[in-house]
Amino acid sequence: MRDFEYAAPASLDEAIELFTGKNGSAKALAGGTDLIDHVRTGRLSPDLIVDIKKISELNILENSSSGFRLGAAVSCNRIYRDETIVSEYSALADSCRIIGGVQIQSRASVGGNLCNSGPAADTTPALIALEATCVIAGPNGTREVAVEDFCTAPGQNVLQSGEILVELKFPPRQENSGSHYRRFIPRYEMDIAVVGVGASVVLDSDRETIVSARIGLGAVAPTPLFAESAGDLLAGMPANDDSIAQAALEAQAAAKPIDDMRGTKEFRVHVTRVLTERVLKAAVARAKGESVEVAIGH
Amino acid sequence: MATIDKPDAGAQTADSRKYNVIGTRPIRHDGTDKVTGRAKYGADVKLTGMLYAAMLRSPHAHARIKSIDTSKAEAVPGVRAVVTHADMPDPGSRVAELGEGAVNLRHLSSNVLARDKVLYKGHAIAAVAADNVHIAEEAANLIEVEYDLLPPVLDVREAMQDDAPILNDDVRTESLAGETGDKPTNTAMHFRYEKGDVAKGFADAHLVIEREFETATVHQGYIEPHNATALWNADGHITIWTSTQGSFTVRQQVSELLQIPVSKIKVVPMEIGGGFGGKISVYLQPVAALLSKKSGRPVKLIMDRASVFEATGPTPGSYIRVKIGVDSKGMISAAEAYLAYEAGAYPGSPVNPGCMCIFACYDIPNGRIDGFDVCVNKPRTNAYRAPGATNAAFAAETVIDEICESLKLDPVEFRLNNASKEGVRRIDGVEYPRVGMWETVDAIRQSEHWKSPLEGPHRGRGVASGFWFNCGLKSSASATVNGDGTVSLVEGSTDIGGSRASIAMQLAETLGIAAEEVNPTVGDTDSVGYTDVTGGSRVTFATGIAAYEAACDIKRQMVERAALIWDVDSQDVHYGDGTITGPGDKEFSFKELAAELHKSGGPIIGRGTSSAANQGGAFGTHCVDVDVDPETGKVEILRYTIAQDAGTAIHPSYVEGQMQGGVVQGIGWALNEEYFYDDSGVMNNASFLDYRIPTCYDVPMIDTIIVEVPDPEHPYGVRGVGEVPIVPPPAALANAIHNAVGVRMRQLPMSPPAVLHEILDKQSSGNGQSS
Repeated sequence: MRDFEYAAPASLDEAIELFTGKNGSAKALAGGTDLIDHVRTGRLSPDLIVDIKKISELNILENSSSGFRLGAAVSCNRIYRDETIVSEYSALADSCRIIGGVQIQSRASVGGNLCNSGPAADTTPALIALEATCVIAGPNGTREVAVEDFCTAPGQNVLQSGEILVELKFPPRQENSGSHYRRFIPRYEMDIAVVGVGASVVLDSDRETIVSARIGLGAVAPTPLFAESAGDLLAGMPANDDSIAQAALEAQAAAKPIDDMRGTKEFRVHVTRVLTERVLKAAVARAKGESVEVAIGH
Repeated sequence: MATIDKPDAGAQTADSRKYNVIGTRPIRHDGTDKVTGRAKYGADVKLTGMLYAAMLRSPHAHARIKSIDTSKAEAVPGVRAVVTHADMPDPGSRVAELGEGAVNLRHLSSNVLARDKVLYKGHAIAAVAADNVHIAEEAANLIEVEYDLLPPVLDVREAMQDDAPILNDDVRTESLAGETGDKPTNTAMHFRYEKGDVAKGFADAHLVIEREFETATVHQGYIEPHNATALWNADGHITIWTSTQGSFTVRQQVSELLQIPVSKIKVVPMEIGGGFGGKISVYLQPVAALLSKKSGRPVKLIMDRASVFEATGPTPGSYIRVKIGVDSKGMISAAEAYLAYEAGAYPGSPVNPGCMCIFACYDIPNGRIDGFDVCVNKPRTNAYRAPGATNAAFAAETVIDEICESLKLDPVEFRLNNASKEGVRRIDGVEYPRVGMWETVDAIRQSEHWKSPLEGPHRGRGVASGFWFNCGLKSSASATVNGDGTVSLVEGSTDIGGSRASIAMQLAETLGIAAEEVNPTVGDTDSVGYTDVTGGSRVTFATGIAAYEAACDIKRQMVERAALIWDVDSQDVHYGDGTITGPGDKEFSFKELAAELHKSGGPIIGRGTSSAANQGGAFGTHCVDVDVDPETGKVEILRYTIAQDAGTAIHPSYVEGQMQGGVVQGIGWALNEEYFYDDSGVMNNASFLDYRIPTCYDVPMIDTIIVEVPDPEHPYGVRGVGEVPIVPPPAALANAIHNAVGVRMRQLPMSPPAVLHEILDKQSSGNGQSS
């Protein structure tokens, strides 16, 4: 492992200053579960590692009438242990619960998962489904970017030199809404998603009609995808298997996967539809107040 | 444990017990150290002044090395030694017999440090020893290598073509008849076995089915990476601490490669975190020794996981064609097979055992088997648990299932009717002694599992059988009687599966003492007689015989000693069940006589060896239920039962452990494991994240049925149990998948994308899958 400098700033300004002008030779460490491994194997060789866990803005976990705020360095286990998140923002809790084991979950952060910008990141489709907004701070102040616009290519994103992802903001959840995230992996544990689907639905007060829906797809394109038309198609439709099948076909059309060691193009395209159906059904069930059992690895 | 609940797992019951110790389940002697973490593995070795080493490996799958410049590495502060092939003597093109198989020493040497060519990505080129591993890694990356890139060939059938890139200029096709080809080739060996009249056998058949199969390269997946720490002392003696399946084979390989007498090399076997055949060949040991020679310091060299995948010895990918004919009653009339196995960079795939095993379960009157050992630009393959047999069984047992389906025959009845028995001659010529193939099938037929109907959509059941040899080879043991009546046993078999316990139990049984009264130690090469590798399912059998002989030697001496003390003729003294008796009710317990030894003539040491005993071989039959998700192709294993002939189960828990462990590895091989290469020969999944061995969530509890058909060649009837359980799982699972969703899987792994592809193919063709 190559030598590097380490800094642990206590304020956002200090952190931005450390990053500014480093032109990529500084890397942010939140949980470090990917970063340290990449440094160890030589895939990354930063001169400076900036530990951002000590910055208070990045540790916020707050739910209020104006929505839910999630600091970029908050660990997965804080998220899935929060009862409000589990009931209101279920898809996010679902995704945090299946990343790694307990040790990883107590360090890994949703912000880090997003900033790594891997196409198969488990939390990103959930963030897309839940309509998250990225709050980014940098030398020129603060800006906001919709989460579906954050990743630009495998491992790349909109962050400019000196910029840090500070938090993710979510709009308040509506009545009769439900969400779910699920991935397909070849084993039952310890795998990267071959296809990942996050979906959120809002039902009418009769709980029979879909008011709106959002679907996020992972591992089927160079970046996580917002299958916008598939979600839009569901607006106003009855919350039944037929509607869901149509939306799943529409989502499948959005998938533009590749063949690789984790799955074939044929497989990913087909399973995008299968998984979208299964995830939408679970999201609808949750919106109706039913509990959804999720078996490991399915 | 998972054993189906029969008292003590074998033929023995408490009343009819033949033995006192054998068949019981004492706590293993090395158990406390293992569970408390005190056991010392290869990476735990720490010596004063020790240096750490790192290896430079080829980024290319096939290239000629034009030059290697190590000057920048040598200039890094903290670097103490750098070695390349120039530091290795040229052993010439000699073949050395290494206990379990022979090896061309020039090939072995070039595999340890590349000579003029690199033949696979990850091929070792140079090594650096430095004050710490970070310096060593940095310096290794500063070594400059100039390459002439050559096109790689990665597929066995492509490598057999006349216009394929040739890996080794010195390889010619050799045949069993002694013919040698006249031009360089990748096809190193052509094996052919024939029996009866094959054409007539097929002509007489009522049904003939011929199918093609492909299997991917897979790795043993042991958790502990390869390691070696070496000290080349100022007096010219070398000590090597390493985890290995055979300390004597490491000694011999290092001796041959460095051209140093074996007497100047001591190999100290550390505890081993899994081997499965992959820790027999040397990789790091000669390099660590050379770095120590150059630096004058002890040097430790440990592989990282990616190198373990890319540069040690996986088991081959293969192409297999099988043709079987049966008469109208379902009796096999003829069988034919063509097997082409990827040897990797240098010749030596296990295609020959694959040929010998492919039809070994059945009595086949007419047969022909052709096998080809073919070099490709992948790491040199090595043994992996029943090497060659799993690929072969996948093909043969799937065709048999298809025959049973076509003729509406019960697959268990078919196997009972065609089973190999005593006196049956295999196609490769061997005539069986008493074997237990029929009994393992019968055990499945009688099992609760087989008798329970399987219900539900997309669920299916599959059955498959398998065979693997048990080899004898050479083993040594010595045992010292302690004054307190215990016995210290030193044996030479490195313990990868609980063999310390099972060998100590055979000594205890023979002496009539308790298993806990034996202290077994695995000796280093200076402390115990020559012992071949822990492989070939031989240790409990052969080293067990050595321990039995050592115990008999102790018994003889104890009798003589008692006669001396009692002043009677030793003819009148008898040894039975831990008690020594003489005329006139004279009696010593073992413990009492042990206490007298120092006063009556000194210590008693027993010695025992075994050599070249033949074993009958081991058979197993497996039954598995699966649930296949028809929308994703994912296979969930609902239930698994394995019946296996263990001869006599010495320690039933470890027999069950071997059976379960073999099944788990077979499941991994069947469902997800594969080396995934890009076109340039780079393995894309050289990590446990994307090389998917099963996790505990992926396998159910595996029920075991120990069948005991004693092997007449062993004093207690032991058969080897370690390898055969990996043989049937891929075939059993393929047959279960077909039963569940109607698709025939003829390639491994049967991963979700592969299974889904067949399902979609079947749906789009609108009827059953065409062959």
